[in-house]
Amino acid sequence: MNDMTPTSAERAAKLEGMGCKRKRVEDIRFVQGKGNYVDDLKLPGMLYGDFTRSPHGHARVKRIDTTKAAAVPGVVAVLTAETLKTVNLAWMPTLAGDVQMVLADGKVLYQNQEVAFVIAEDRYIAADAADLVEVEYEALPVNVDPLKAMAQGAPVIREDIKDKTDGAHGKRKHYNHIFSWQSGDKAATDAAFQKADVTIKEMIVYPRVHPCPLETCQCVASFDKIRGELTLWGTFQAPHVIRTVGSLISKIPEHKIHVIAPDIGGGFGNKVGAYSGYICSIVASIVTGRPVKWTEDRIENLSTTAFARDFWMEAEIACTKDGKVTGLRCYTIADHGAFDACANATKWPAGLFSIITGSYDFPAAHVLVDGVYTNKAPGGVAYRCSFRVTEAAYCIERAMDIMAQKLGMDPAEFRIKNLIRREQFPYTSATGWQYDSGDYHTAMNKAMETVDYKKLREEQKAKRDAFKRGETRELMGIGVAFFTEIVGAGPSRACDILGIAMFDSAEIRIHPTGSGICRLGTKSQGQGHETTYAQIIATELGLPADNIMVEEGNTDTAPYGLGTYGSRSTPVSGAATAMACRKIKAKAQMIAAYMLEVHDDDLEWDVDRFQVKGNPERFKTMTELAWAAYHEVPPGMEPGLEAINYYDPPNFTFPFGAYICVVDIDVDTGATKVRRFYALDDCGTRINPMIIEGQIHGGLTEAFGIAMGQEIHYDDEGNVTTASFMDYFLPTAVETPHWETDWTTTPSPHHPIGAKGVGESPNVGGVPCFSNAVNDAFAFLGSTHIQMPHDHWRTWTAAEKLGLHG
Amino acid sequence: MIPGSFAYHRPTSVKEAVSLLAQWGDDGRALAGGHSLIPMMKLRLAMPAHLVDLAGISELKGVQADGNDVVIGAMVTQHELVASELLTAKVPLLRETSLQVADPQVRYVGTIGGNVANGDPGNDMPAVMMCLGASYHVTGQGGESRIAARDFYQGAYFTALETGNVLTAVRIPVPPAGHGYAYEKLKRKIGDYATAAAAVVLTMAGGKVATCSIGLTNVAETPLWAEEAAHILVGSTLDAATVKKAVAAAEAITAPATDARGPAHYRTKMAGVMLTRALARASSRARG
Amino acid sequence: MAKSQVSMKVNGQLIEALVEPRTLLIHFLRDQQNITGPHIGCETSHCGACTVDLDGKSVKSCTVFTVQANGADIRTIEGMANADGTLHALQEGFREMHGLQCGFCTPGMIVRAWRLLQENSSPSEEEIRFGIAGNLCRCTGYQNIVKAIQFAAAKLNGVPFQEAAE
Repeated sequence: MNDMTPTSAERAAKLEGMGCKRKRVEDIRFVQGKGNYVDDLKLPGMLYGDFTRSPHGHARVKRIDTTKAAAVPGVVAVLTAETLKTVNLAWMPTLAGDVQMVLADGKVLYQNQEVAFVIAEDRYIAADAADLVEVEYEALPVNVDPLKAMAQGAPVIREDIKDKTDGAHGKRKHYNHIFSWQSGDKAATDAAFQKADVTIKEMIVYPRVHPCPLETCQCVASFDKIRGELTLWGTFQAPHVIRTVGSLISKIPEHKIHVIAPDIGGGFGNKVGAYSGYICSIVASIVTGRPVKWTEDRIENLSTTAFARDFWMEAEIACTKDGKVTGLRCYTIADHGAFDACANATKWPAGLFSIITGSYDFPAAHVLVDGVYTNKAPGGVAYRCSFRVTEAAYCIERAMDIMAQKLGMDPAEFRIKNLIRREQFPYTSATGWQYDSGDYHTAMNKAMETVDYKKLREEQKAKRDAFKRGETRELMGIGVAFFTEIVGAGPSRACDILGIAMFDSAEIRIHPTGSGICRLGTKSQGQGHETTYAQIIATELGLPADNIMVEEGNTDTAPYGLGTYGSRSTPVSGAATAMACRKIKAKAQMIAAYMLEVHDDDLEWDVDRFQVKGNPERFKTMTELAWAAYHEVPPGMEPGLEAINYYDPPNFTFPFGAYICVVDIDVDTGATKVRRFYALDDCGTRINPMIIEGQIHGGLTEAFGIAMGQEIHYDDEGNVTTASFMDYFLPTAVETPHWETDWTTTPSPHHPIGAKGVGESPNVGGVPCFSNAVNDAFAFLGSTHIQMPHDHWRTWTAAEKLGLHG
Repeated sequence: MIPGSFAYHRPTSVKEAVSLLAQWGDDGRALAGGHSLIPMMKLRLAMPAHLVDLAGISELKGVQADGNDVVIGAMVTQHELVASELLTAKVPLLRETSLQVADPQVRYVGTIGGNVANGDPGNDMPAVMMCLGASYHVTGQGGESRIAARDFYQGAYFTALETGNVLTAVRIPVPPAGHGYAYEKLKRKIGDYATAAAAVVLTMAGGKVATCSIGLTNVAETPLWAEEAAHILVGSTLDAATVKKAVAAAEAITAPATDARGPAHYRTKMAGVMLTRALARASSRARG
Repeated sequence: MAKSQVSMKVNGQLIEALVEPRTLLIHFLRDQQNITGPHIGCETSHCGACTVDLDGKSVKSCTVFTVQANGADIRTIEGMANADGTLHALQEGFREMHGLQCGFCTPGMIVRAWRLLQENSSPSEEEIRFGIAGNLCRCTGYQNIVKAIQFAAAKLNGVPFQEAAE
């Protein structure tokens, strides 16, 4: 050792392991336009598929005539439900235990539902032919109001299960009812409310929105008749699930199905489930003997694929007069559209909604959710929701503000009084969740100090006085949200998708020259997995991150996994990565001991090497050990250096955060300007701070869009009126606020590297923060709850109702 | 996403364009920047059998001064309009409006002619042209004519431009030096059509309004020239009471659609708010 | 419908082809010429993922018929690299500043940013945001895209880049 020897810290920095802002590997191809997205794929002989869709929200299909369409030169085939019935694919199972029409079978249940699939030599011909399919409809009464779905005499949406009282999740109490699900202790909660000094009750609606990734859903299906093998490229956040489900419904053996998810242009939960387009493309490829590509356009994407939210939550809080919460009650009607196509784990038809007690120490809580069918697109779970956690967080954060207002308490002070205390962790909530770790008060104080919360409230008071004196027409709002979310689905005892447990995987193979490859069961759609998993490996194994290739998405080579959504990649596959590394490290340690002629226990690990305790000049680097694994292993040991881990998480993880924002509302137009948005996130161990910051920026921008203007709106006739970018509010760089990000780090005690996951937190916490800010602006005038979205006209209408327009 | 089929023509003179459009009648459409027409064709809301592309006609370009007027070729793009030193100096209202139209890409290609001739109540320039007292040069097989902007708009997508005619230029009388102007546009996000917008041009003399002209965008099936509202303001100091009366008169002529931007009564009120703000800004710019 | 002969330069290469008049430029580039950098994100001309540089203008190639582009000089993301093959300052900036995540908006965004910097070589943050208002991104929230463009502007102007404090 001499002055030239790099220190441990220098060696560690060179690895670009966990904690550093490693630049992204995937960027190199993306900035050169060399990404590999589904629509970039061209195969010889490839055909194009396009749908004929229903203009009606609810109608019988009396007759479909495909003659004219089939006669267009270049059209190769036209599929209808009748065709699909011959291969038993007119209906397909959903991820939520329901069934869904692939093509209209006697009825259409929502506007733009798929009726026929035209396959042609090019996409222009397919579009022309899709217009020529003639369909005779008989309009039926429409219901798009979930609160009316279970009324007597409501239109029957699902004739196929009309008389079935046994649903996938228990008894159905009405022909438009899907499930009832509850959690918590009803008796204890009712008792708390009976004794309460103060209660609030409010209907809090989270409108239907859509995740809207910039790339729509697409696939290319290619069935090889000779081999009997299907290859399916597609926008799949969960490629293995698609393969297994595809095998079960098509009867093609699973080993003969190759599913490949290449680069995906954003997922956000929109690309988890199976769509008609995938099934029809597969059938079309089998029928025509040629590859078939299907790409949807934006209106199709917004009006028929996995929407998000549409939760109608009647929330109640019981409280002592000095502001200690004693009970939480929530009855929710969940609008799932015409089919329950939610991507939820089997036992959780309402997802993880019972996280609704949030960051607060509620001694008693009870939630009941009724899912219902309406004449709208199917789905419900998407858009960075962590399985309904966005809905739960929005509900509790709004309800806490409403209670604070009733008590005459500052919303931040009211929260601080009720936040779960550090010493209570691991904390078991009133609905049975065991929160792994948290230090809420530290985070809250840091947030409030950073924004100088006290000064903001003083400024607000002065501005309110000025408003009352007529000196200003602007109202200032301060939004506070302290969310706890639950991610990392999930422990096999609790979580399965169609029976497959929600573990995940990492398979790592180190090559003789000390570089390696890691394949996982997750699938990035922009989260930077090629960069971050390598950072975990770099820290665990002491090999430079640049030397580790990361691959996902090819079901032939990747170990089985449940995919990427619900912020589960880091908690589950990140853990699998660490565990697989530790198996490799254990083997490397034995090789090192053998080479150094010491006992295993005489070695200690230092960044990138095993060195002899007390004699650090004697060491073997991992790179040297990799070579040795292929060159000369100890007698009796297998050569090679690789490991696989399937990780069944012992628990979910519970990231949390404190968000504060300041808005200024122009009372005369209803326009809201976001003056400041501060987001403090705790996601446990931080693997790549640059990528975390990027996830927060993106999620907050989604939250901004949701809170301030997004809505998938249906009129009373079932027409979806906001299904294009003319009206679906996607903010540009001009509207999008500047984001300030900050953090605390409270590692997860049960996770091998203490990491919790972060992708969804900003959407979970962002929406209530914005909504609370707008509501806060008007609260001093007696307004308790203004529904989202807080677009100009709704905010103006709230001001009008308060008599502010003179 | 995929338009229907059509035959494509690219004339090199106005005469040729007019001849083609007359030949094809209702089966033909003129193609200017295409950023209103092509989106409609992609949604198959418009399926013309013949497109007559005006991009090859050099007579339709250029911005010139002509006496007390400026004349803008119909195929001048929003981008060129923004960059025009002549227009910025003489009719600054145009640049202010243009920068609120759509986005940079659309402005590179979208034309003034397309924006004024389409008849789309959401387009911004028509109300501005009514406010400025502009007129449109129109050429048909019968020859050339001029139609005042204030007489041009008849209904949604319904204008005085008859089939077989081409709008070749926009002629604007230059407002007096020292005039005040503003285009105040409320929108859900940058680039959106107006929830409501107001164009104001006025002159002041001795602290009082000497002349005033007001145009309103997207609060009726056509752009509106709020003649009565402007008349009320003349001779006033733009005091609150008079402005209130003018706003009421402006609101009274609106008949907006209820859409995702808001209910009709909200948009009417917003026309009033935009007018109030446009008046304030215009008067702050006016000298006199 | 009878096809038309078109010829144009794309990224410096002359292309000649027969196209139906209704063929949109984006489909011509992606499907017929294998230039798959520009992407399709909508059909109402809002998202800008299809943006190319055409005769010195940022243009949404989904809203142009190929026949309209006859004789044009077009640059796409594939033509952005420097003559010596190194990444353009914008491409470098987007990587340095984490100005992309899924990469789908990136080709259109970079091509637009390139023209923006021709219009204004030292844009302020506000000018950048206004200048990219025709390009939607769902992943980044734009903040790092702004930084990426500022990085590139500084590099092209030969001045040091100062990342604004949070």
